[in-house]
This record gives sequence, structure tokens and C-alpha cells, in this order.
Amino acid sequence: MSATVGTRGTEYEMVVERGKIQEFAAAMQSANPAYRGPDAIVPPTFLASSVLWAPEGARLGHGFDRKRLLHGEQEFVFHGPPPRAGQVLKVVDRIDQRYEKPGKRGGKMRFVVIVTEFRAEDGTLVAESRSTMIETAPKPDAS
Amino acid sequence: MSAVTTSAVEVGTKAAPRDFGPLTRQMFVRYSGASGDMNPMHYDDTMARSAGFPSVFSQGMHCAALLASFAVDWLGAENVRRFRVRFREQVWPDDVLTCSGEVTAVEPRPDGKLVTVELTATRQTGGIAIGASADFLLPG
Repeated sequence: MSATVGTRGTEYEMVVERGKIQEFAAAMQSANPAYRGPDAIVPPTFLASSVLWAPEGARLGHGFDRKRLLHGEQEFVFHGPPPRAGQVLKVVDRIDQRYEKPGKRGGKMRFVVIVTEFRAEDGTLVAESRSTMIETAPKPDAS
Repeated sequence: MSAVTTSAVEVGTKAAPRDFGPLTRQMFVRYSGASGDMNPMHYDDTMARSAGFPSVFSQGMHCAALLASFAVDWLGAENVRRFRVRFREQVWPDDVLTCSGEVTAVEPRPDGKLVTVELTATRQTGGIAIGASADFLLPG
């Protein structure tokens, strides 16, 4: 299933937890004190872990062949200071763009940009994640 | 750990590079658990080999997190406003990543200075694993 541009997923809740931030900071080999304690803030790429909070089927699929799938780019935008431990974020995916380019050895490469919006409880957009996924062209000799 | 002061940042300013590694399977597993990315290509050698890879390899987002770690120690965890990574080369166990960064733009804002940096994580082979661009809003 490949969702079309403008399609929105199902909104879900992500609780920003200090323990989860500390665990993420350890995985990024960071001793930065901003990621410790009750007022910990989230690291730049932490919101990727929203996947842990998504109920089955809430996120949007790229619809691409997994064997030809590449993660091209990933961007996180913060519309203010990064979210803090204790915040509850409302999270929803949307398909932002789909486009194609000719493959280097024929065929076509397909691209999809999935934006994940993170809103505070009052509805303010606090952060966005933009994920560009690529499906490479099928091999010319593939049947 | 103390982030730079606003006056020390101008176009061309470079951060002192930092090495991460040699990277281990344990680091990949730790990132899997922390992030929720449970793709077995990053911790199950048997599966990675059956898919045609010589071994497991790092998650691109794991390397992105290491580069982010380097960037926030330079310009401040609270100050990050944008962080964009482009995935280039795969990263393998025992690789050493060298993170480097340079200021490419500084723009005055009512609430401080918006500093744009280009960041790179380079493998010991010289190949670029990931490139990144990021904005930090330095107060003052």
C-alpha cells in the first residue's frame, strides 16, 4: 500500500521520558548534562524513537520494495527549544511529497518524503521530522 | 561540555574533531533498543550474511546520533533548531568515525544568532559515512 500525497496517519501520543532520553544519550555516547535529570531535553535525533509509541497501523508506509529501499535523508526541525522530559506530544505522519528520477542504469528511482508532526497538548507544532526514503530502480536483468 | 560563546562563532569556525569507535556490535544493539529500530541487519550476523552482507552494519541513524552528540557538545543541546543528515556509506564493526564541523553561515536574529554548520562523519578509510547540516540558535 502506498499512501498518496496529503494522506495523514492516525495521531498517537508520545510521552517524553527522562529514562528514555538517558538511554538514548548513552547510545549516542553523550555525557552532555542536558540529557540527564528531571529537566532533560531531547537530543537532535531522539524523536526517531516515536516509533516505540506508535500503535500498529498508525504510521504511514512508504509502499516501496524493502529489498530496494534506502534511507536517503533524515531531518529534524525544532520550532523552539527541544521538547523536555514530562511533555506529552501528539504525533502524526503525513505524506509530503512523492517523485521519481531516472535510475543511473535505467529504470526509475522513486522517492517519498514522510513528515512526522509533533504537537504540544495545546496544539502548537513543536517539532517535525522529515524522512526521505528511496526505492532504487529494479536491476535491468531482474525478471 | 560547555558550548561555545556567541562571539567565538563566525563563518569558517571549525570544531575540534572527535573520534567515535572502534564501533562494536554492542553499540549497534544499544542504539536498536534506545531507538526502537529493531531491524536485525544491525545485530544478527547470520541474517546479515544471508542477505549478502559481510556482517551486520551500523544503523544510519546510529551514526547520525553520534554526529549529533558531537554537534551539541560544540554548539549547545538547548540551541539546536534543525538537524539534517544525508546517508552516504555503510558503517561496519571496528570502523572509527571522525566527526568534524564548520560554520557556514551566521545570521542575526532578534533572539540571538542563527548559526548554520556543515558536519561530516568520516570513516578511517576516508569515505564519508554521513554528511549533515544543522542550525543552532545561540542566545545573546
